[in-house]
Amino acid sequence: MSDELAQLKFRDPARGIALEEALAARARALGRSPVSIMHVCGSHEQAIARFGLRAAFPLELDVKMGPGCPVCVTDVPEVDEAVALAQQGVRIATYGDMLRVPGTSRSLADARAAGARVEVVYGVEQAVALARASAEPLVFFASGFETTAVATAAVLLAGPPENFSILSAHKYIPPVMEIVAEMPGSKIEGFLAAGHAAAITGWGVFEQFVERHHVPVVVAGFEPLDILAGLVRLVELIGAGTPEVANMFPRCVTHDGNLAAQRVLWRVFEPQGGRWRGIAHVPNGNLRLRDEFAGWDARRRFDIDLAALLDDVPPALVGQCQCGDIMAGIASPNDCELFGKACTPDAPVGACMVSSEGTCKIWHQYGGVPDLRQIRRRA
Amino acid sequence: MRNPRFVDPTITLKYGAGGGAMRALIEQVFAAGFGEVTGGIGLAQMDDGAAIPIGDQWLVITSDSHVVHPIYFPGGDIGRLAVCGTVNDLAMMGATEPLALTCAAILEEGFARADLERIWASIRSACQEAGTTIVTGDTKVMGRGELDGIVLSTTGVGLTRRVVPDCGLRPGDLLLVTGTIGEHGLAVLATRAELALDTSLASDVAPLNGLVRDALAAGGAGIVAMKDPTRGGLASALHEMADKSGVGIVLDERAVPVRDETRAVSELLGIDPLIVANEGKAVIGVRREVADAVLAALRAHPLGRSAAIVGTCVAERPGSVIVETGFGRRLLAEPEGELQPRIC
Repeated sequence: MSDELAQLKFRDPARGIALEEALAARARALGRSPVSIMHVCGSHEQAIARFGLRAAFPLELDVKMGPGCPVCVTDVPEVDEAVALAQQGVRIATYGDMLRVPGTSRSLADARAAGARVEVVYGVEQAVALARASAEPLVFFASGFETTAVATAAVLLAGPPENFSILSAHKYIPPVMEIVAEMPGSKIEGFLAAGHAAAITGWGVFEQFVERHHVPVVVAGFEPLDILAGLVRLVELIGAGTPEVANMFPRCVTHDGNLAAQRVLWRVFEPQGGRWRGIAHVPNGNLRLRDEFAGWDARRRFDIDLAALLDDVPPALVGQCQCGDIMAGIASPNDCELFGKACTPDAPVGACMVSSEGTCKIWHQYGGVPDLRQIRRRA
Repeated sequence: MRNPRFVDPTITLKYGAGGGAMRALIEQVFAAGFGEVTGGIGLAQMDDGAAIPIGDQWLVITSDSHVVHPIYFPGGDIGRLAVCGTVNDLAMMGATEPLALTCAAILEEGFARADLERIWASIRSACQEAGTTIVTGDTKVMGRGELDGIVLSTTGVGLTRRVVPDCGLRPGDLLLVTGTIGEHGLAVLATRAELALDTSLASDVAPLNGLVRDALAAGGAGIVAMKDPTRGGLASALHEMADKSGVGIVLDERAVPVRDETRAVSELLGIDPLIVANEGKAVIGVRREVADAVLAALRAHPLGRSAAIVGTCVAERPGSVIVETGFGRRLLAEPEGELQPRIC
């Protein structure tokens, strides 16, 4: 299929505008304002911002981004573990976005500037290649949701070299949706679920969630038409008062998902409760290596000296950071005093300003949500 | 006013990336205390070069240094880049007949003579294309490790009867780009081994003086602003033009020419083609009444076949660039720092 055809299919502005009108009509028909809905994926926020969709959303609809950025929800102690290992002289490999995520006193980038060896890789297999090229220990600081975790799991099943190990900060999305839905002050009436994660888990994974919380979930893809069509369906379900799971990404997502990938994932990882940065303790929200794979688990192989980090004083601004509330859908970047002033992509205070999946970074990159409706071009 | 974000005690890579940090550094350090060029364009204007009035003409002068890794890349090399960058900066001021260039070379001990000869052959051929020549230069060799391979530093001079600044836009004016964007930066990035990309993307590096000469002939005084979207890409160029002219710019994203392959690579890496460097493209601001004539002249030139009208100047939101995506609108942020592929 040529690029032009692909664009016509999922990036056709005429269809987009028709969907925007349908969304506005259905949102108005709800008869109350604002109605809050949440998506839980940085890639959704990227597409929403990139295509300027927020300028087209009806005022009755408040579309929030939830805890959908794996880098952002990596908890401070997890970063501290990586920093401590790096400072102990262990060679670390990780994704570029993880480099600048602040820990208690410093980030991996700070540790690197102070002489620690930290390599940026584009995939777990590249980290394995680094390990193979030398005899010394190499720890891959792994982040990502169930999508990325499958790749990490596959590498372990393939038998990586002896000097390779994993520091897992992998997270599992479905449990955190429960937390957000139950959060006091949360008025989320519907969730837009991430299409690529659902391609692995299947849309059926949300059925019990809908039963428990009586809010609809719509699985959506990442092209602008996917997102708009998903939102239209979500508002329809909210209006009808019939909570159910709707799959608006059928070209990739099935009810049961990718069973082969699930087998790989759960063969290697098991769910474990853990803190998500700024949000809460999430039961079953973290992915831990099973005992069978303890030989590759950095937490069990190395004596990680966290105490060494506590001598440093945390930066003063961190206390004012609102990343947690922003990811929980309680605040928006505009509510944060630091946003765009003391906290920018080149001097991030919170994790949300670091990752290209983070709400603050995306809003900063695409100019937030300015009111651009009045601007008229002269004919 | 000092931007409190750009007062770091040490110089980091962002100060060379062509964005707000670099402009702040120029204002605060390089341009401070040099005054104005009487009746002309000097450091304070931070244009593509300087223009000094001489009789009924203008002497346009520009200076540029070149560091690129790798020194050979698909579509060009550091030598071609040096000549084209300098010729294009002159052309963007209206000086489309470069009188002469100078080129200084700083080399690292151990640099291969064969590479030097290959680069100079490329410089000669680019000069020929642009209708100019190198008239003087300088050679320095530094110890191993004191410099990475080769640095070229060029100066160009030209005469023109009319200087085109980068700040002459007013509401109602239209903006054209002379061709497809995003190729140079992505072609160089794609050579990075760790990305393991197999593409046929090639740099667009080319001398634009011939193309600009045709545009000026067609548009005359109706051409009011020009800029080449190099570092920071179209986004930086438009920001600078909007800021200096005191207008808002509405960019029609669908009208911006981007090759299919560029779009594919940019989506793969998560890098917006609007912020990627070009080395053979210009942004031209015109009065509405000459837009069609200028567009036709551009398209008649081999380097301007994909030229398009991409934007409109408005009175609202001076200094901002507003992108119309077809689905909605967003503000275009000014790129800062190094291009990083989006991984997560």
